[in-house]
Amino acid sequence: MSNDQPDDNGRRNAIVATSVVGGIGALCTAYPFVSTFAPSEKARAAGAPVEVDIAQLKEGERMVVEWRGKPVWILKRSKEMLDSLAKTESKVADPKSERKPSELTPEYCRNQARSIKPEILVAVGICSHLGCSPSGPFPTGANVALGTTWASCARATAPPSTWPAACGKPSPRRTTSRFRRTCT
Amino acid sequence: MAAGKKEPVVVTGLGALDKPASGLLTWVDQRFPLMENWKTHLSEYYAPKNFNFWYFFGSLAMLVLVIQIVTGIFLVMHYKPDAAKAFESVEYIMREVPWGWLVRYMHSTGASMFFVVIYLHMFRGLIYGSYRKPRELIWVFGVMIFLCLMGEAFFGYLLPWGQMSYWGAQVIVNLASAIPVIGPDLAIWVRGDFVVGDATLNRFFSFHVIALPLVLLGLVAAHILALHEVGSNNPDGIDIKENKDPKTGIPVDGIPFHPYYTVHDIFGVVVFLMVFSAIVFFAPEMGGYFLEYNNFIPADPLKTPAHIAPVWYFTPYYSILRAMVWNFFWIDAKVWGVVAMGASTVIFFFLPWLDRSPVRSIRYRPTLHIYIYATFVVAFLILGYLGTLPPSPVGELVSQICTVIYFAFFLGMPWWSRWGQFKPVPARLTM
Repeated sequence: MSNDQPDDNGRRNAIVATSVVGGIGALCTAYPFVSTFAPSEKARAAGAPVEVDIAQLKEGERMVVEWRGKPVWILKRSKEMLDSLAKTESKVADPKSERKPSELTPEYCRNQARSIKPEILVAVGICSHLGCSPSGPFPTGANVALGTTWASCARATAPPSTWPAACGKPSPRRTTSRFRRTCT
Repeated sequence: MAAGKKEPVVVTGLGALDKPASGLLTWVDQRFPLMENWKTHLSEYYAPKNFNFWYFFGSLAMLVLVIQIVTGIFLVMHYKPDAAKAFESVEYIMREVPWGWLVRYMHSTGASMFFVVIYLHMFRGLIYGSYRKPRELIWVFGVMIFLCLMGEAFFGYLLPWGQMSYWGAQVIVNLASAIPVIGPDLAIWVRGDFVVGDATLNRFFSFHVIALPLVLLGLVAAHILALHEVGSNNPDGIDIKENKDPKTGIPVDGIPFHPYYTVHDIFGVVVFLMVFSAIVFFAPEMGGYFLEYNNFIPADPLKTPAHIAPVWYFTPYYSILRAMVWNFFWIDAKVWGVVAMGASTVIFFFLPWLDRSPVRSIRYRPTLHIYIYATFVVAFLILGYLGTLPPSPVGELVSQICTVIYFAFFLGMPWWSRWGQFKPVPARLTM
């Protein structure tokens, strides 16, 4: 539009009104398209509970099951492992898993063992950092991602392995909290 | 063409329709500005006569774009965007589709070569000040093309559904979850599932084969239209339009793009295709840099590979992401990493306004500037190299130093670009 033309307020208002209504219409049309990006009903349904028989799980052993496409770790802790929780408590950023409760930890797990029955730990085996699945168990001693004072979590017999590279080198506070959430 | 017998009639207005059409070309020209565009963009587009080695990469980028589109069209005929079938269908292309291996290796090599060519093209712009007034928009469109290409590369990399495809996408999509408040929901929205899965694969396929290519083609058109509006820069960084022949109005230091630079560029294309073919036939994996070894293992959502690294062209930014390990102001280091990585790519947009040097080209800048550019390039290459390696304390420190250099180069530019003794700029092009 040329600004040389004399103002015609009636027409100008009509243009503004048409643009506003048209814009609202465009937004309303965009809504269903944007919504198609959300998880489908099928994907939501796949989040239904999974039943696992853990009768065969021995002390200190870990099993991995799939739920919502994610690895879920089920660890049967030995007495020694449970005792270690108290020893490392001072190094853990969030020992009772009370941080971000709505996002991370259900109410029945906001305790020192982070579980309903202390000896059975159930955790999604996906690191909350960038979504890798740590490949432990990690042997005692220095580790590129876990610092120099790492206490082994499951009396490892597996060969040494490292955290996935994407994790980088987290700060010690975060390391212990992660150790807590995934391994203990 | 049929118009060869007579003098071609230049048709510009409707009035020309009164004349009878003599030959096909005239008939077309009366209805579509064919010769007009041919002249504007080729036969009468006057480019500086002193283009050197660095000026091959623009036309080579166009060539690689065509290679990617053509090979992509043929790959889509055999590929299946389905989490249960994707990996298999790529192997099917490689082993059972006649010549499928060639088409696929051309596409995978093309992806890496696209970045080789684009990085060299951007470097050319950097050293000759091609982004300076009045070429700011050419540069801005160019950076948008660069970002669009990064998107193409990222979305395309998920499609083979190997371990690196899967976990690379998992890590990058999880970067979205670093954004405060909306992050976790945003990551789910992007994936369309609670983990990277079939829904993610399908939408990435859609982005890769239709959405982004359309945007890319539009941006390339805008990039070239903007270039032809203001004219090409040159290694001397001086304006050839300031010195026109008084009779013809043609820049005295300009030569028509066609036939001079079309032929010149064909030479570049031949050399490029020799290199390209050598890679496709003898080193398509390029030692794990073009096609990562882990990607020959089908995606396994339960097992992360011990070492996740992006393809080489993303590693400088990945290093910048990993370099941020401190929690500032109660904000997680991960957020700072994402911010720094985003800033490291977006900062290119601002180059035309950050550079305050009185001359465009590196040729007439103080020697000091050459050292500054060299330091930046070395830092960029080191970041790229470190990004391919697993994290280590030394690597972390070096990447932090290089990240500082990277940002100091851009953010300090308004100051350092004015330092030193500039050399006199000639009035005419030097060869």
